[in-house]
Amino acid sequence: MHIIKVENLVKRFGSITAVDNISFEVEEGTIFGFLGPNGAGKTTTINILCTLLSPTSGKAYLNGHDCNSESSEVRKSIGIVFQDSSLDKDLTARENLVFHSYLYNVPKTERKERVEDALRFVDLQDRADDLVKKFSGGMKRRLEVARGLIHRPKVLFLDEPTLGLDPQSRTNLWEFITGLPKKHKVTIFMTTHYMEEAEVCDKIAIIDKGKIIASGTPQELKRIIGGDVIYLKTDDNKKAMEDIKNLFDVEVSEKDGEIFISALKGDACIPEIIREIGERVLSVRMQRPTLNDVFLKLTGKEIRDEVASSGDSIKETVRSYRRRHD
Amino acid sequence: MIETNAIYVIVAREFKKFIREKSRLFSTIARPLLWLFLVGAGMSRLVPSGGGVSYIQFIFPGILGMTILFSSIFSSISIIWDKEFGFMKEILVAPVSRFSIVIGKAVSGMILSTIQAAIILALFPFLGLKLGVFQIAEIMMVCAILSFAIAAFGILLATFYDSYESFSVIMNFIVMPMFFLSGAMYPVKLLPDILKLFTKINPLTYGIDALKNIIFPFEKGNMSPDFPLYLDVLVIVIASFVFVLIAGKAFERKG
Ligand SMILES: Nc1ncnc2c1ncn2[C@@H]1O[C@H](COP(=O)(O)OP(=O)(O)O)[C@@H](O)[C@H]1O
Ligand SMILES: [Mg+2]
Repeated sequence: MHIIKVENLVKRFGSITAVDNISFEVEEGTIFGFLGPNGAGKTTTINILCTLLSPTSGKAYLNGHDCNSESSEVRKSIGIVFQDSSLDKDLTARENLVFHSYLYNVPKTERKERVEDALRFVDLQDRADDLVKKFSGGMKRRLEVARGLIHRPKVLFLDEPTLGLDPQSRTNLWEFITGLPKKHKVTIFMTTHYMEEAEVCDKIAIIDKGKIIASGTPQELKRIIGGDVIYLKTDDNKKAMEDIKNLFDVEVSEKDGEIFISALKGDACIPEIIREIGERVLSVRMQRPTLNDVFLKLTGKEIRDEVASSGDSIKETVRSYRRRHD
Repeated sequence: MIETNAIYVIVAREFKKFIREKSRLFSTIARPLLWLFLVGAGMSRLVPSGGGVSYIQFIFPGILGMTILFSSIFSSISIIWDKEFGFMKEILVAPVSRFSIVIGKAVSGMILSTIQAAIILALFPFLGLKLGVFQIAEIMMVCAILSFAIAAFGILLATFYDSYESFSVIMNFIVMPMFFLSGAMYPVKLLPDILKLFTKINPLTYGIDALKNIIFPFEKGNMSPDFPLYLDVLVIVIASFVFVLIAGKAFERKG
């Protein structure tokens, strides 16, 4: 069954088209990844799915309910971890969870147990009675995930869950997230602009400038590259590219002083290239394709080139300033 | 649709934060005290008593109104902080009707303001006022409904603003004029017509007038109440309904 179904969804903010006619489906019990650079329209799509925004046109269904007209039904079925923290930092971890369980009408007899389970689940029992403002970024994120699961939602949205975390917390959180579908029978809808994270998704949609430019399993997407990727440095890249194009039936492009060749069988291709233009080659390396290569091939740019969306980061700076000076 | 669990927990959160934030309690109590004893005591040398009421006694209902005004607005304006710091999203994606959210916030303001008004009210013997138990009960009831109305008004304001920069705009251009054009510091009947008009559309006027009705029931001169008590109460109750209704609708708007 398709737990999420999106048809020709469009969202405009004035003259900006943040989401530009996208359609996709998400299978129940899977991890679905929305991959794209900053400003691609990921958060906007989540906001429509979680009933905070109305689409300009098109439809979105969650668990069979229209996200725009049946908000209340949809809200009961979802949990969400927003890109920017939505914890009350002046309350303790436990108080944040208790607040949530009342808000979602968790039965009285189960309230306490679920809150304690959630705390244990994200390993925060020892810090349960500390104010959230004393928590690290990773602890806050874990607490938010735990909170999002308290009411047993069918879908858990995670908007850039690892953004701003140090590598260690990222890995930990990541292991934790990938275990959720089995443990909690929940479908995960996540967004990221980290390629490595998208690799563990069951299905990925790559979104750029509001449009879905490719979707499929990570393996399917890598097949778009058509095999392996060879990176080549030569004394004259322009001339070498010409020659390679004439000699072999492969696609060639250049980025950061390196020639980027996608070839069906890289290991067989390298010796041939060396044989033909060997004396001009300075270095050569081969890679199994990554999603980064897919993105590069589809859009002609690297996903990580983009700087962090300025609005968010300025706001974050202001907040941390205020926090320090309060 | 009204969800008691949601309303309860929204109120409980405000209450908890209020208790933790000692400075807030201090400033909402200190402000009316300063006005009462510095402005009130100074002005009473200038203003002759009207009949049986001295100036400092005259402004007492206004000072109660002020306590309620600031504390209810402050409580409601915290919605802007919640928006700014993201917590509002947690509330807005929950399966809770927008009316319950508004009522939860308004009841929070009501409880917190009424408690603070009660603390100020306890000063009445020092001002030479004599109040019976029945009068005190009436005053507390008026304070409660007035607090609710002003809190609901504050929520309505908060739906129009998204950042804390707007806080000073609200304070300077809405709250302070509301205070001065409410009959708190000077009798409404002595104001020029154009300002009288403003006092008539100001819900605080009716709250303070109701308190004057209860505290100086027999006063006849300049410092007497302007409307009958039942009318004051009626206006406050109707205004509450209207504010809650509009604020609920405003919250339902999606971007
Ligand atoms: N409330 C808004 N008003 C105007 N423009 C917006 C608003 N929200 C998002 N946008 C714009 O829509 C585009 C997509 O934003 P967003 O969905 O946040 O991207 P992502 O989450 O992929 O980084 C951006 O150009 C952003 O500036
Ligand atoms: Mg985003």
